Amino acid sequence: MHDLHFKDHLTEQRLFHNRMLVALVGVAMLLGVLVARLYNLQVVNYDDYRTQSDENRIQVRPVAPTRGLIYDRNGALLADNRPSYTLAIVHERVRNMDATLELLGQLVRLEDSDVQKFRKRLQRRRPFEPIPLRFRLSEDEIARISVNEFRLPGVSVEAELVRYYPLTDLFAHSVGYVGRISERDLAQFSEEDVRRYSGTQSIGKVGLERSYEDLLLGEVGYENVETNARGRVLRVLERHDPRPGAELTLHLDARLQKVATEALGDNRGAVVAIDVNTGGVLAFVSKPSFDPNLFVTGISFNDYRALSDSLDVPLFNRALQGQYPPGSTLKPMMGLGGLADGVITAETTIKDPGFYRLPNDTRRYRDWKRWGHGDKVDLIQALTESCDVYFYDMAHKWNIDRMHDIANRFGLGAKTGIDLPVERPGLFPSRAWKRGARGLPWFPGDSLNAVLGQGFVLATPLQLAVMTATMANRGTHYKPQVVMAVDGVEQPPEILHHVEARPEHWKLVFEGMESVVNSIHGTGKKAGAGLDFRVAGKSGTAQVVGIAQGERYDSEALKERHRDHALFVAFAPVDDPQIAVAVLVENGEGGGAVAAPVARELFFDWMSRPMENTVRAAEADDEGVSRG
Amino acid sequence: MASRDYMHRLPDSHGGLSRPASLSRRWHIDIPLLLLLMLLSGVGLTVLYSAAGGEVHYVRRQAVFLALAFVAMLVAAQVPLDMYRRWSPWLYVGGCGLLVAVLFIGVGAKGAQRWLEIGGFRFQPSEALKLAVPLSVAAFLHSRPVPPSFLTVLGAMAIVAVPAALIVRQPDLGTAILIAASGLFALYLAGLSWKMIGGALVALVAAAWPIWEWGLRDYQRQRILTLFNPDADRLGAGWNIFQSKAAIGSGGLYGKGYMQGTQSQLDFLPESHTDFIIAVLGEEWGLRGALLLLALYLLIVARGIYISFVAQDVFGRLLAGSITLTFFVYVFVNIGMVTGLLPVVGVPLPLVSHGGTSVVTLMAGFGILMAIGTERRRVSF
Repeated sequence: MHDLHFKDHLTEQRLFHNRMLVALVGVAMLLGVLVARLYNLQVVNYDDYRTQSDENRIQVRPVAPTRGLIYDRNGALLADNRPSYTLAIVHERVRNMDATLELLGQLVRLEDSDVQKFRKRLQRRRPFEPIPLRFRLSEDEIARISVNEFRLPGVSVEAELVRYYPLTDLFAHSVGYVGRISERDLAQFSEEDVRRYSGTQSIGKVGLERSYEDLLLGEVGYENVETNARGRVLRVLERHDPRPGAELTLHLDARLQKVATEALGDNRGAVVAIDVNTGGVLAFVSKPSFDPNLFVTGISFNDYRALSDSLDVPLFNRALQGQYPPGSTLKPMMGLGGLADGVITAETTIKDPGFYRLPNDTRRYRDWKRWGHGDKVDLIQALTESCDVYFYDMAHKWNIDRMHDIANRFGLGAKTGIDLPVERPGLFPSRAWKRGARGLPWFPGDSLNAVLGQGFVLATPLQLAVMTATMANRGTHYKPQVVMAVDGVEQPPEILHHVEARPEHWKLVFEGMESVVNSIHGTGKKAGAGLDFRVAGKSGTAQVVGIAQGERYDSEALKERHRDHALFVAFAPVDDPQIAVAVLVENGEGGGAVAAPVARELFFDWMSRPMENTVRAAEADDEGVSRG
Repeated sequence: MASRDYMHRLPDSHGGLSRPASLSRRWHIDIPLLLLLMLLSGVGLTVLYSAAGGEVHYVRRQAVFLALAFVAMLVAAQVPLDMYRRWSPWLYVGGCGLLVAVLFIGVGAKGAQRWLEIGGFRFQPSEALKLAVPLSVAAFLHSRPVPPSFLTVLGAMAIVAVPAALIVRQPDLGTAILIAASGLFALYLAGLSWKMIGGALVALVAAAWPIWEWGLRDYQRQRILTLFNPDADRLGAGWNIFQSKAAIGSGGLYGKGYMQGTQSQLDFLPESHTDFIIAVLGEEWGLRGALLLLALYLLIVARGIYISFVAQDVFGRLLAGSITLTFFVYVFVNIGMVTGLLPVVGVPLPLVSHGGTSVVTLMAGFGILMAIGTERRRVSF
């Protein structure tokens, strides 16, 4: 028994040893499999996995460029970038969204629309992305949030650079504004645009901000950031800095702009002042204006309705898009054309009984002065007193297509080519135009209307300023330009046309325009009152043809809005013209009475600055302007 | 009994030189195994500190568990083998009872019901079976002739099948397979005939299709599919494996440096401090570190096998062999799963992964191993 047990024991032990050895071989083989696998992963395919793990953690993030700043000609800042604080929430870090929103509602002003928009964004964005809830937090609101930070996990205040227009409504119609990139903007983006705007929130919508968008935007930069698995950025590994947008220096002068705005008083209207020698736009006013800052991060519904529903249409750019009958402001140009074409001479006189009658026609074309301007009216007197009959007579002897040609050379009837978007072309009729547009032949009476800037004729205040500047520098028609320099590089003036006329013709017309301002009978005396240099100008009156008959208009307002528009164009000084101005006062009635004083204020301000010291003088005034 | 006292007293009389041996004899401690386990635990805590992103919390918790586990090991080492053999049926029956209880009143997470909660204290009865099953099978085979008869094999199979089936129901397929393996290892070491082993393998292959079709749950099937095509669903089921392979692979030969692993430190690697911790080591220490860890495991396995060779009786041999081989299976399954060789089954890396009860069970197992290794020789030649 004992032996058997002993034998059994030995057998059992040998069996066990054999089995264990086989198991050991198995262990060795399986260990070999593991080692081979590790070798395969860590040595053979090392590069692949290295790439995979880098792609995991390294992400390319666009860095938005800083938008180019915009300065006036003296270096006053017109468009700035300022940090704006946005309240944002990271979804994945919020335990109870409703409670968080309710608490935030007690800390900051939250409108229902904010919350609704937020909830919409919440569904589309990834859970680790900060989702904006409210923009433009005030300092108080930021403070209240930071005090309560511990109760608000996942809530953050993020700074972003947004456009700021320090002079608010002063340049709304020239500098314009940027706004959030809209669905419509996105729809029009090319692939290249998508790249350039990655990381950028805003795009120029109106004014220079829009026309110089490409330059102002700059070039997007990139950074390689290390993120964790939830996409949170931990550190920046590599950075390619963005190239900031170009800096624009404008011809516009903040002080002159302010003078022009104030000179218009409470009137609606437009003022455009042009540097005669370059075509640079010195002042560009459309009144009423609005605060462009409202649009930058998205205008509220109420604010927008207030602006778009206003009877005064503040969003309408009168200087660029308002097409008005220019009236008698065309007379100097017409006179010059008549002289150049030999239709009239300095000696030509007419008899003005208070009306004009075409041959074989009984219809009387009235002069604005019922009893006429006398028996021997020459060009000087016709300009001084704005005699209509003189120009009726000239127009009858002339040719509409020649008149059209002259007007074109002075910048009427076509877009001026100014560097602002959505310009309106106005209209100066011709035979071809009338046949095409109206299907009618040219009637002699049409010429009489055209020469007085009525009938079909329409011009924007900008066009009138260009016309006046072209007159002032004796026929050189510069393209009007708002931007003087891009990143310090001066933009050369561009000559579009040259009006050919003999020196004595210019002299004669200048004399007539100067007489408008200086003669005792002149219609524009207020344009030169108290100035120690000579001013040449011309008044005009535009009849208000039709106005929309809204039911809400009360009769008083309706009456006021049926008054004529007052116009005045002028340049100064006559000896060495520097600045040309066009003034439009809507429903102002008398060009000489209401519009001419506005022009005078601009001349007074501009010419009172020692020219060589313009920059220094203006700098000293900048502060005053910005405090405005 | 007298001879036993003699054995205990004898080394003392030899004085200082043999004191370690005396310590090991008196306290039933296997010094090489103890040193290896402590070394492994140290490595584990070090890797865990990095895997937890430098948070001391996990390391401190794990250190407490390890301390408890070493105590459990020491206690387990003091219990005479006879007692294990006699108590194993009760342990087994009790464990199975708890498993049944889990099915009815168990609590759980993620769709699995694995825990019992008594007085706010949670524990996993399947852990107890990790020891109870090899103990019972070894005890069952101990008194029967070798190689085992067909009936004996059936009996052993039944001992294995009951708890395995109960654990599969939880469901916890990984644990069930490991527990079954521990019992089957004992059976294999006892001399289960190759014919039977061959037959079982054939039956398993034949059963593969029905098991796939009816035996597995959707997520289990998905895990197996993922194994063969991990890139098909990178953000879904394949995410873990995709990230762990990227972590290990990007570690290269020398690794990215301690605490420098981007995959683990930036949270791309899921379960980095529990089941997938080998990926942290592979990423930060490279192939070099992974091989060192494997070597450490191999040494522990070798020591276990040595103990099984010097064991005094069938029970001790089978038990030591089974514990050792099961330990290796843990290591193989875990590393195989993290490196994408095996489906994801939720097996921790022994002594390195964070987790309490499994460490205690494991060390208790090593305690039993020490009890076997330090048992006094009863048969002298």
